[in-house]
Amino acid sequence: MKAPHPLAPELRAVNARDLAWLIASLAVVIAPHALRAPWWLTLLTLCLYGWRMYFALNRAPLPSRWLVLGVAAVAMFGVWVEFRTLFGRQSGILLLMLFSGLKLLETRSHRDAAVAGFLGYFLIVTNFLYTQTMPMAVLACGALYLITATLIGFSAPQRSPRANLRTAGLLLAHAAPAALALFLLFPRVQGPLWGLPQDAYSGMTGLSDTMTPGNLASLAQSDAMAFRAEFQGASPPSALRYWRGPVLWDFDGRTWSVGPNYLADFVAPRGGRESYRYEVVIEPHNRYWLFALETAATLPEGARVSYDGQLVSTSPVRERRRYELSSVIAPDGEMRDSEATLRRALRLPQGSNPRASALATQWRSESANDEQVVLRAIDFLRQGRYQYTLEPALLGAHPVDEFLFTTREGFCEHFSSAFVFLMRSAGIPARVITGYQGGELNPVDNIITVRQSDAHAWAEVFLRPRGWVRVDPTAAAVPGRVESGLARAVPQTAALPLMMRPQLEWLRGVRDRWEAVAHKWNIWVLGYNPERQRELMSLAGLRDADWRTLTAVLFSFLGAMTLILLAWSLRRMARPDPVQKAWRTFCQKLAKRGVERAANEGPRDYAARAARAIPAARVSILRIGALYIGLRYGAQPMANGASRLRRLVRDLRVA
Amino acid sequence: MIGNLLERHPRFANWLYGFTPPEPGTVVLVHRRVYIVPARLGWIFAGVLVVLLIGSINYSLSLGFALTFLLAGLGLTGMVHTARNLARIAISAGRAEPVFAGESAQFRLYLDGRGAFDRPSILARHLRSGSQLVVDIPANGVAEAVLAAPATQRGWLPLGRVMLETRFPLGLFRAWSYIEPEARCLVYPRPERSALPPFTGEAAAGVIHAQTSGSDDFAGLRGYQSSDSPRHIAWKAVARSDKLLTKQFAGDAAAELWLDMQLLPAALGLEQRLSRLAGWVLAADRAGAHYGLRLSGVEIAPGRGDAHRSACLQALALYQAA
Repeated sequence: MKAPHPLAPELRAVNARDLAWLIASLAVVIAPHALRAPWWLTLLTLCLYGWRMYFALNRAPLPSRWLVLGVAAVAMFGVWVEFRTLFGRQSGILLLMLFSGLKLLETRSHRDAAVAGFLGYFLIVTNFLYTQTMPMAVLACGALYLITATLIGFSAPQRSPRANLRTAGLLLAHAAPAALALFLLFPRVQGPLWGLPQDAYSGMTGLSDTMTPGNLASLAQSDAMAFRAEFQGASPPSALRYWRGPVLWDFDGRTWSVGPNYLADFVAPRGGRESYRYEVVIEPHNRYWLFALETAATLPEGARVSYDGQLVSTSPVRERRRYELSSVIAPDGEMRDSEATLRRALRLPQGSNPRASALATQWRSESANDEQVVLRAIDFLRQGRYQYTLEPALLGAHPVDEFLFTTREGFCEHFSSAFVFLMRSAGIPARVITGYQGGELNPVDNIITVRQSDAHAWAEVFLRPRGWVRVDPTAAAVPGRVESGLARAVPQTAALPLMMRPQLEWLRGVRDRWEAVAHKWNIWVLGYNPERQRELMSLAGLRDADWRTLTAVLFSFLGAMTLILLAWSLRRMARPDPVQKAWRTFCQKLAKRGVERAANEGPRDYAARAARAIPAARVSILRIGALYIGLRYGAQPMANGASRLRRLVRDLRVA
Repeated sequence: MIGNLLERHPRFANWLYGFTPPEPGTVVLVHRRVYIVPARLGWIFAGVLVVLLIGSINYSLSLGFALTFLLAGLGLTGMVHTARNLARIAISAGRAEPVFAGESAQFRLYLDGRGAFDRPSILARHLRSGSQLVVDIPANGVAEAVLAAPATQRGWLPLGRVMLETRFPLGLFRAWSYIEPEARCLVYPRPERSALPPFTGEAAAGVIHAQTSGSDDFAGLRGYQSSDSPRHIAWKAVARSDKLLTKQFAGDAAAELWLDMQLLPAALGLEQRLSRLAGWVLAADRAGAHYGLRLSGVEIAPGRGDAHRSACLQALALYQAA
């Protein structure tokens, strides 16, 4: 005879309270997604939640499967219209969010509800594809806590929600050590395991491999982090902080681009003034290049160098990455370069920017050597009263001409582009270097933060016999830009990123502190990877720990953890019943006076006999006996009964 | 198959279950007796964890790893907490009121949580009958579980094996334990309604004629005396006045009725004769008669009242043919 199992979740119907908890915790889970989703999808999901709640409150039968499938089909079509795909990262996650609502509509039993809760766990993790900051971690923990309390509620329908929340907290507190051990010791594999959706890395900001008037300026309005650098010892002054990025060779009259690029053998530079050792933590930008203070003197792990002196990673930077290197300031330049390279550094499109071209030709004829031409060009920019602005006028077919002679306002890309154009026109090999300049020193942890707003472009010219020499035309025209950063170089009214506005000094202080903590978070939590794991293991004395060692350590830890937990759960129970304990003390006291309890003697008989044997303590003995019987066998619970019994036994004088 | 094996080798089963039935006194579920396996929901949860782990590896999500591992830890602690929900419970059996064969015996089990925490959602299932219920043990408290088991034969009905099961807190694991407390219920023979035998004894002669059962000769009301059976109280009359009144039946006179097994033909067989005697006891008690019971080797002197009736029925329940 097999009766239905009352604990089997598939047989237990969900009630309105269970659903209210489930829906509330799912709402917290999808909140961050909802802000990213198209408004109609958020609204639809919330409506599905509300609809399910309506059914629960009115005890109405759930809608038919076909209706649910119809809603699903319409919503999927809507997502397809919005994103042109169902399987991209963004569209996939939004569909999951929608399914959480659809799943609720067919949730009848506790099993369905628990699966919906698991879907909630899953949705929490999908949030991390977008952001893994500390606030997100806190939100995720909150959502996890709520879902866990909800699941507990399913298996204890009579329990108060407060008790369930307490149990959820206890479970999570007990789970934390195991989670920490797994996090540190679980053998890490570097992803990805398979191809990612096409839009997996969309939305990362950073430099690009082309430069058109206007694109750096728009990047410079972003407050987003590019990378952070921590120097051993003193940091270089701001004016020396040129972080070299992509080198642009090819010009089509309007746009500079990287063009074909080749890797070269790394040759450490000779000479130079100061040298710096530092560590860079770079934000993902989905490109190959890494940034180094000019000029890199060592090659970080997993990096190569291109023939134009740019550090490139062996794989695109798709997660936050850490590398160490050293740089020297102003080394002796590379004295020779191949003829082909130098020819490339002279190439210009036919007939573009005729006025600038003519000016350069004029300088060429009036100068004795290349250096004089360079100096004349710098002079020209310095005295030209050029405006430095984030919102320059739009330029037409001959952007260099228009910038130099007509609009006379621009951002660093205009200055560098014009300068290199002038040099090439004058027959001096030149190239545009993009990267970042400056960066902000955080006084809290002495880490330099470089943001997209520090994006910069400068130039290099090839001067015999010195080799490639850096010239920053922007610095020449607008000295403040390099000395004190973008904020002081552009007029106050310009659209500066909020945090760069000088009047918000105190806010920056708060931000500095926050970012110091966030940096630690990035390095120790988010940056924990196979490499860090190896480092940590060798710190713990396990050199070259492979996955077998890690697994062994991990499982011994987890085993020990479980045993400790078991011991804890038993310890809590092994504590004897206070009533029983007091009674035992009572029996021992009487036994010392020779009134020993017989094995078959009940408390009433024993107390009566003891009272007869010790008439001096008759009243207290009888009272203890009666209280014990009341506590042990009485129908009503007695308030403070146990402590009263204990006091009576303690005060009992039988001697 | 395993069930068969255990049935054929009870000693192996006893070793496996960690106790030798029946267990007298209070049974404490030591850890060794609590078994635990993942429930179906637990497997689904494990599947979710694997997907999360693969996703975290694929996208190199540090927080994804952290959350996946936190959930794994949650599963692990969930297992310990599920086992804890059963471990060290002290179970004692209460008195089961005697029943007639054909009724169901109500076994009372007291589950003492013996801990400062509550133990919700504990299923107690009587394996033989399949009767089951879910109880919540409060913190520092005791829960009562009443298991109904059909009583088919007269005599002592042992409780038999009871399974305690829980899935609290997360439902990912199923922990269970078997107990077999020493508890038994007295089962009276199934009463068979039939005419009472004639009265004996001079005082009674002619006072009572053979009665068909079910027709009580109501004779009037009198004031309640503490020895009266509560089933003779005239509740309707009590509701009208506030005095307790007892129904009086014809035959309440001090007639002596001997219910003797010898009066029944041996051809009926032992069980049927006992059933008829049980019916007589009930009828005589209902009639308020002064009756005695005589079996071969057992004799209960005439008397009346609930205690007397119970003694007679117990003698019938436990009667062994010589």
